[in-house]
Amino acid sequence: MSGPSTYQPTNRAMQWFEKRLPIGGLIHSSFVAYPTPRNLNYWWTFGGILSFMLGVQIITGIVLAMHYTPHVDVAFKSVEMIMRDVNYGWLLRYLHANGAAMFFLAVYIHMFRGVYYGSYKEPREVLWILGVIIYLLMMATGFMGYVLVWGQMSFWAATVITNLFSAIPGVGDTIVTWLWGGYAVGNPTLNRFYSLHYLLPFVIAGVVVLHVWALHVAGQNNPTGIDPKSDKDIVPFTPYATMKDAFGMSCFLILFAWFVFYIPNYLGHADNYIPANPAVTPPEIVPEWYYLPFYAILRSIPNKLLGVCALFGSIGILAFLPWLDTSRVKSGRYRPLFRQFFWLFVVACVGLGWLGTKQPEGIYVILARILTFYYFAFFLIVLPLLGIFEKTKPLPNSISESVLDAKA
Amino acid sequence: MAMNMQRTIFALALAGSLAAVASPASAEEQVSPQRQKWSFAGPFGKYDEAQLQRGFKIYREVCSNCHSMEMLTFGNLADAGGPGFSEVQAEAVASEYKIKDLDDKGEPTERAGRPADHFPSPFANELAAKAANGGVAPPDMSTLAKARSYSRGFPWFVFDAFTQYQEQGPDYIAAILNGYVDPPKDFKLPDGGHYNEYFPGHNIAMPPPLQAGQITFDDGSPQTMQQYSKDVAAFLMWAAEPKLVQRKRTGFQVMIFLIVLTGLLYFTKKKVWSVVH
Repeated sequence: MSGPSTYQPTNRAMQWFEKRLPIGGLIHSSFVAYPTPRNLNYWWTFGGILSFMLGVQIITGIVLAMHYTPHVDVAFKSVEMIMRDVNYGWLLRYLHANGAAMFFLAVYIHMFRGVYYGSYKEPREVLWILGVIIYLLMMATGFMGYVLVWGQMSFWAATVITNLFSAIPGVGDTIVTWLWGGYAVGNPTLNRFYSLHYLLPFVIAGVVVLHVWALHVAGQNNPTGIDPKSDKDIVPFTPYATMKDAFGMSCFLILFAWFVFYIPNYLGHADNYIPANPAVTPPEIVPEWYYLPFYAILRSIPNKLLGVCALFGSIGILAFLPWLDTSRVKSGRYRPLFRQFFWLFVVACVGLGWLGTKQPEGIYVILARILTFYYFAFFLIVLPLLGIFEKTKPLPNSISESVLDAKA
Repeated sequence: MAMNMQRTIFALALAGSLAAVASPASAEEQVSPQRQKWSFAGPFGKYDEAQLQRGFKIYREVCSNCHSMEMLTFGNLADAGGPGFSEVQAEAVASEYKIKDLDDKGEPTERAGRPADHFPSPFANELAAKAANGGVAPPDMSTLAKARSYSRGFPWFVFDAFTQYQEQGPDYIAAILNGYVDPPKDFKLPDGGHYNEYFPGHNIAMPPPLQAGQITFDDGSPQTMQQYSKDVAAFLMWAAEPKLVQRKRTGFQVMIFLIVLTGLLYFTKKKVWSVVH
């Protein structure tokens, strides 16, 4: 995207068009000639996978919206009718529900990869923050989509999550009433969630465009964390990155298909096949798996306001990551101490996810508090200090040197 | 520092495993249902037509006295991958039901059912269902087999993703039907409650619905509680997931396609990159 395009259409009609709107050149320079580091590994294929999953969600979602009715009396039934009476409705619905889970799985891998290889560091701070915004939008969209099913877990998740805002001193209750459009989660809530659930994916798509733009301005990071220095360090996007991405995506699709066709309800909660009933509280209210770590952080803190602050803080802190990590070395490959703390951080996130399914009592509360402490300490203590005290390994002179060294 | 780190990781891992050991005990006194063999389990699972027909007979003669099943139509009985009724048979079943409707003058009337009609509910509304059943409305059976489950706990739930164990619902339903036993001496059963080994909290409102020999099977299947409970649980699974057979069959085709595609992409990628490496 930087510099004049090398795209020269040979077709007369294309030449005519290109003079008036150089879209061919844009695509060519972004996805064909675009130089990518030659040493990108498979962790880098998740960006493409995520774009694909966004497409899957939007397309299946648009068709589902043609059959869904956002009204408390029939929402649950309309979802069941989609599963039973719409041609391939079961497929659309299972693709959409499991697609959300796969979308989050891919985004978590994408984010952990970014942290491990220091992809948020200069000059990619804006790229990273756009990513955090996309993630936040995904969380809001996923949550509202889950509510649309209008099963027991939908209803009670909506009640619990919207109630978080009541912790805000003074205006909390007013805000919650405003969110609900009434004095409890009800039809106005369902209607606005439906409206926003349709809107937000397109907002995500817009921010994704900015994200890709920022990526193409700064160039991709790579496993060494050092910038490409010569033509020996880079390969053109097509066919190299395209083929690698295509293979990675195909592997990911096998996993996706496994869930959709063989265990479509594995990641869901049985209670969500019970129609929403405001008079009956389910024995346990748990969010979808991709929110569990944050749910555990929320519940590990006994004070509601502080818990909500910790919940939002745990996501908001990601935006400050470029400045919290003081190390000048990007890639975890050359940071032996960082690596250990990083994997401990991954364990803490998974552990918090597991604790999110447990009642907050006894040993679980203690464990959740330890892991919550570590979650924040990783950002606020470990990363700032590591940059000062860590003795990093020597960096290779160039990407091609590191590739050749690895082969030798 | 590195040594300390490793020690910390070890301590956390230990704490984690201890908590995992402690969890089954804290999962209260709920007994895990016995795992049954289901024809519809696994990647090539299919419903057993005869079993679904027997299950439907039980539903019709027993369950439907209290439980609605409003998402299903009579015509569904003849759908592919279901109980295997012919369209004529489904029509005959429908015609045996009385459906409330309006006549040409807008007056309430009753007519014989048609395949497009949904199964009529036993009670006029939820309040009536509650009033007739000690304050608890019997749940609708359309999604029941997917709406019931039991906790598998760590690490079993991880294995379930690989072994495709998705039959917690029917296993639980079959267990409940066989779970009516005498309560332990120290158990205080509230009035109107029934003791059930597998029900969370053990106090279930539903009285034992089935007894051995209660339903006559024409196909010579044993008229035992074991058989009844399995047949009706299988039927309810079909009612909740009528497209299961279609889903698994499509899934196999998709898997074959994806595996071949992935293989081709792998070799193409290798060829393309061989110039660089």
